[in-house]
Order: sequence, then C-alpha cells, then structure tokens
Amino acid sequence: MDSSTRERRIAEHKKRVNLIFKKCVWDDFLDRALEMSPEDMLEKVKESGLRGRGGAGFPTWLKWKFAREAEADEKYVICNADEGEPGTFKDRAILQEQAGKVLPGMLVCAKVIGAEKGFIYLRGEYAYLLPALSQEVENFNEKIREKGERFSIEIKLGSGAYVCGEETALIESLEGNRGEPRNKPPFPVSEGYLGKPTVVHNVETLVYASIIISEGPECFKSLGTSDSAGAKVFCISGDTDLDEGIYELEMGMTIKEFVELFSDGDIKAVQVGGASGHCVPRKKFADTIIGFEGVPTGGSMVLFNSSRSMYNVLHNYLEFFEEESCGQCTPCRIGCQQLLKGIEAVKSGEKPSEYLDDLVKLAGMMKISAKCGLGQSAANPFISIVEHFREEIMY
Amino acid sequence: MSPEDLISRSAEKHGRERKNLIPILQDIVRENSYLSEEAMVSVARELDISPAEVYGVATFYSFLDTKPLGKNIIRICKTIICYMHGQDEVIRAIEDRLKIKLGETTPDGEFSFLPTNCIGHCHKGPAMLINDRVYSSLTPETAVRAVEEYI
Repeated sequence: MDSSTRERRIAEHKKRVNLIFKKCVWDDFLDRALEMSPEDMLEKVKESGLRGRGGAGFPTWLKWKFAREAEADEKYVICNADEGEPGTFKDRAILQEQAGKVLPGMLVCAKVIGAEKGFIYLRGEYAYLLPALSQEVENFNEKIREKGERFSIEIKLGSGAYVCGEETALIESLEGNRGEPRNKPPFPVSEGYLGKPTVVHNVETLVYASIIISEGPECFKSLGTSDSAGAKVFCISGDTDLDEGIYELEMGMTIKEFVELFSDGDIKAVQVGGASGHCVPRKKFADTIIGFEGVPTGGSMVLFNSSRSMYNVLHNYLEFFEEESCGQCTPCRIGCQQLLKGIEAVKSGEKPSEYLDDLVKLAGMMKISAKCGLGQSAANPFISIVEHFREEIMY
Repeated sequence: MSPEDLISRSAEKHGRERKNLIPILQDIVRENSYLSEEAMVSVARELDISPAEVYGVATFYSFLDTKPLGKNIIRICKTIICYMHGQDEVIRAIEDRLKIKLGETTPDGEFSFLPTNCIGHCHKGPAMLINDRVYSSLTPETAVRAVEEYI
C-alpha cells in the first residue's frame, strides 16, 4: 500500500473511532451521572460489553457486581496506572491528556460498588506526571465534595516493580509490603485492600466506563466484534515509519490489516501484548484477529522487520522476566532463569537443538503452575517465538 | 535537615501505619538518593516494626536503593525496542562523557548511570530518565547534551 493510501485509511480509522481523546466538558457529565442510580450505571456497562483493557479482559460489569454484592463497611476503587509492560505507553498518554475522564470513571465505579475512597497507583517512572495529575485530582475531589459526594481520590506512587501491575501485588504494595502477588481466590472484589472489597481497573477501562455512562452503551457496543466489543487504545512501536505511536482503533482487525496500515510492509513478526504477549509470524497475519477471539492485548503492538534477530528479542524479554520475577514461587523464579540460560546454551552449541523442546515443556509447566500472571505469561513469548523462529534461536 | 528529623517529619506527614511505609521510604530516597542502614532502622523504630521488614520492602523495589547513588540518576531504558533504535550508541556516548560504565557512579558522586526496564516511550526510543525528567528520541549528541544540563 502506498503512503498516501495508508494516510487516508488511518485518517478514516481516526474518524470512525474517537472516544478516549475527544475533547468534552466533564461538569455536565458529572451532573448527569450523579442523577443516575447505581443499578442503571451497572446495567449500562453490562450492555456495552466492556471488558478490562489491561489485557486480561475480565467483564467490567461483573467486577462491579461482585464488589457491590460483597458486604463490608469499607470498599475501594483502584486505578492501576502501573503501566510497566514493555511496549505499552497508552496510560501515560491518557493520564497526560485525559485525566479528566479517568477520575469520573473512578467515581461511577465507586457509586456502583459503594466505595468512598479511591487510589491511583502511578508507576514511579511516571513521577513527572504527578504535579499536573495531583492538581487535577485535587480539583476533582473539591468539585464532587461540593456536589455532596463522600468519595475522594488519592495518588500513590510506585517504586519500580513491574509485578505491581498485577492487581494483588499492587494491593500488597499499597499496604506497604513487598509487591508479592497473593493467592487467588479470594479475589480483590471480595478481599482486596486491607481485606476489604476492592475493584482494580486499568486506566483505559475507567475512561471507557465513564464514556459509556455519559453517552450510552451504544457508542461503544456498535464498534468491534461480539467477543471484543468497542475500541481500544493501541501503542505502536518498533519498525514502524510513523512518528505517532498512539491510536484508538476498533477491535477485531486482523494483524495483516494492522501491519499494512502502520508499517512499510517489510514486517516478519508482531509481538502483540508486550513482553508477556504472543509473537505472531508473518504467515499467520491474515488469519489472526486482534481481540479476545484471537490474540488479546493490553495495547502494545511491536513490529519487527526482516533484519531483526528474534533470538535477541526473546533474550531481551527473558532477561526482563528473570529480573522482574518477584521470586516468591518456584515455577517463575527458577523457570525464567532456566529459559534464559537454556536459549543461551542452545545458541552457543553447548546444548543440542532438541533441548528447546524440553524448555517448551518447562514453559508449559510455568503456564499452569506459576502463582500469578507474570510467571504464567512469561511463557507466552517463549513458546510462540521458539515455535515460529526456531532456526533463529539455534543458529 | 538531619536524617532523623527527615524521617520523623515524613512519618508525621504520612502517618505511622504500616501502609505508609513506602511513601516514607520514597521521601528519604528523594532527599538522600538512597536508604542507609541507619535510615531503615530509624524508620522501623518510627513505625514500630522490625528493621528486617523495612529492609525486605526496600530491597524489593528497584527505585528504593540501599546503596549510595549519585546526586543525579540517569536511568536508560534497556528494552529491545529502544535497542532497535540505537540505544547502544547512546549508552557509549554517555559512558564516554561521564567516564564511567553503565551501572556505575562517578567518583565525585554527581551521576549514577543505570539501566532500567521500559519507561513507556517506546515510539520515541531510545529514551531515558534523568531524575524524574524524561528524554526521548535520543541520539548520542542529544543524550550528552541532556546529561550536561546537570553538570
């Protein structure tokens, strides 16, 4: 596709979907939302088909329903802004440009579940967002207090630990502990922060929730597919020739369409969903859908052209997981180390190529036995890259 | 402010409950760049918890350093995407300018140069943080100029 056709098509996409970054006045929205009953809000979010935008895709309304039904004297809403997945930078952009839409999302969630306190857990690497964000939060707290609401929001800063993006590790961190994930169940919706029912949402999920409540479920539901309703903010990096990296797109595109739009065409693999996601090789571009029916993603799309070594890519990801593993459970602590040592040994010829098959089995074991999403998903890039680019790992 | 004063003032501000441990440690790091053993023991005393608990938390988080670091901390992203856009040359240029290797601190204590994981500027790599400020789309020249702002 020539570049002017690409430009035109990208412009069409932008025209069709413009929810997150659209400018609007939030005062009117707050008044409208505060008149609505919690049941109505829950119903609207249910009807929209919104699922968590952090990558796991749990239905948003169900989280709200569970937390709403949980009996407790205190409940909490947490905005997970611990965006650490390599290749992901959408939450930073949303917080910079549209914090005004994140906070009402927290308020509506709080109204539905019955919480009076919300936290934004902002990763330490984004500390430079604090001055503007704190001001925004202060204004918001003041505004809703004037409207007679008891809810208030506080920002907590992370300190450089990827695993704290996992919701129970995040809660541990908020409680002043090492960010070690908890066993689930109990899930945070029944026992979360300080043992109280807690809903943890990705930044983007909260923005969509507030848009759905303010503009009605139709604006969201009319986009996407039946499994993956709505739109999603994507972060595009790697071998793309475009300067811009953030696009809100309808769900359900194939990787082929995606690559045609966002690269000059010479792409041999796309890592979908960051380091913990899946690597899709060129031969599968046409029949792989970006969404819950194909490859799910928290938004990260990294493009690799034919000059890139997939050994280097996998090696970099494994070093990352080995370092960020909290070390609590054996499958992840030892598994990540062994996968890394293993591909180095195969590359140097110290181990035969069949050793990769043993490592794939080990990765499969991590997927079923690691305690949290980090250890389980560290296996994803390993299994997909070794399957599709085995010769690059060997030679 | 003496370290003792800093700690008790911070504990006063955040509250002496366990859940406020990390904000207190962050205050100390912001002021002194790292957590000394003495500081960790004082925090434990303030919050009435074991120093081992404080040490356990401090060593879990990569931004809560327990070894002395330079006055300015440069953290360069080591993720593959920044690497694909020339992070190696940027690292070499900063190493040459500061006469230290990645992972080291200058003898005058002015700079530490550390690798870090993704800082969320992948479409504008290579990227780095100097203290809390982000620098992206780096070339060896712009990276050195950024470092020189702090000299």
